[in-house]
Amino acid sequence: MAKVLVVTSGKGGVGKTTTTAALGAALAQRGDKVVVVDFDVGLRNLDLVMGAERRVVFDLINVVQGVAKLPQALIKDKRLENLWLLPASQTRDKDALTEEGVGKVIADLRSRFDWVICDSPAGIERGASMAMRFADEAVIVTNPEVSSVRDSDRIIGMLDSKTMRAEKGERVEKHILITRYDPARAARGEMLTIDDILEILATPLLGIIPESQDVLRASNVGTPVTLSNADGAPARAYIDAARRLCGETIAMQVPAERKGFMDRLLRRRAA
Amino acid sequence: MEAAVKPQRQMVRLRGRSYVAFVFTPTVPVQDWLHEIDATIARSPGFFAGRPVVIDLSSVELSQAGIGHLLTSLQDRNIRVLGIEGVEEGRLTPMMPPLLSGGRSCVVEPSAPKKADAKVEVKPTSLLLEHPVRSGQTVIFPDGDVTILGSVGSGAEVVAGGSIHVYGALRGRAMAGVNGHTSARIYCQKIEAELLAIDGFYQTADDIDEALRGRPAQAFLQGNTMRITALN
Repeated sequence: MAKVLVVTSGKGGVGKTTTTAALGAALAQRGDKVVVVDFDVGLRNLDLVMGAERRVVFDLINVVQGVAKLPQALIKDKRLENLWLLPASQTRDKDALTEEGVGKVIADLRSRFDWVICDSPAGIERGASMAMRFADEAVIVTNPEVSSVRDSDRIIGMLDSKTMRAEKGERVEKHILITRYDPARAARGEMLTIDDILEILATPLLGIIPESQDVLRASNVGTPVTLSNADGAPARAYIDAARRLCGETIAMQVPAERKGFMDRLLRRRAA
Repeated sequence: MEAAVKPQRQMVRLRGRSYVAFVFTPTVPVQDWLHEIDATIARSPGFFAGRPVVIDLSSVELSQAGIGHLLTSLQDRNIRVLGIEGVEEGRLTPMMPPLLSGGRSCVVEPSAPKKADAKVEVKPTSLLLEHPVRSGQTVIFPDGDVTILGSVGSGAEVVAGGSIHVYGALRGRAMAGVNGHTSARIYCQKIEAELLAIDGFYQTADDIDEALRGRPAQAFLQGNTMRITALN
């Protein structure tokens, strides 16, 4: 059974595109057939993070409007056999997305893939609502900041009311993914704690991705972070999150500040 | 050519229905009687609003012009006369309300029609929500209390005619007693509200005592001031 997963957040710059690429690659590495779909029409980014920007010929809007066939627009990843990209158009805007057209494309993708991962644009307007419209599951990407958490709360409200599933009286399964978590700042009380976030959002946690230079480096070279440095902390956190999405039970790792031997020794003496 | 379709005859359905009307019995001098009506309106404006009114002229002798003058005087006070009783038909013009007869008296108490309404309408007087109210969502329930099993997110809004009960954190706005219900209260397990209002009196987050933040609390009206106190 194919699953349609939307990666959304409300707020911009929290890591939706990074997460889409990383989860897509992690799921493809497990052997599932995965397509990542960029819904950010007009401000596309997913092609860059996937390193496929020079191979875009047709895009989502072309397929929605019937100008191109779906197989013409799909771009196969060069590193992973099972990973595909459906890019967004850079020259159009979000009004070009019609509900009927998007519905057809999603239905077609469902028949070809195990996972259809939709990368939502920021905001709550047409692009975001079209990205979540046909979703079965949702990953809500949240930074440990009040503004991001409140926007996520708003998006959860929309997932519970504006999606196809909600209108049929079913539920979209929702997961919180906390990104850019900085253990040092958390220890100093400069960020919302994991407990605070989960208490506000009242939604199960899928994973915690630590703030890391790996993420920036990976998107600059156009590789999903789970492929570029698979042993790094963010990659391991994303791989665990992907396994949880598949139903595995894995203990949650809260990233902790790495301390040297001397630090630990001194702390114990002071206490 | 003969095959023209005859339009189907539509049956006219006639139904009887009875209404309770106020019966006014003007007395002489009519001017004093009108002052009495004015006093009633001054005491409770809207007392006659929307109520059917019948005037019984059996205790006054009025000419056709006199009846006309009485009707316009009542109209000026926003009282619309449905029918007239206790006068010969000849004294009424076709423009006046029709002559009625055969009315039966019944007790009209201000509260009586309300009681009857309450029995007929089985409208629920409370609303239960089993999920959190998320940022950007608005819950409006003017008919009574709202109970929420979950939190009210920052930027969410709950509006109730009665009291508001939040079994979780209240981070958004809560407005209770919106229909002028001054005894309505707001209860929550964790107060972090952006705004609390009861019957139009409100306080924002800045007005809430810092010591209460994050604790179970209730808000209520004491005269014209809102009080927020800890629960338990």
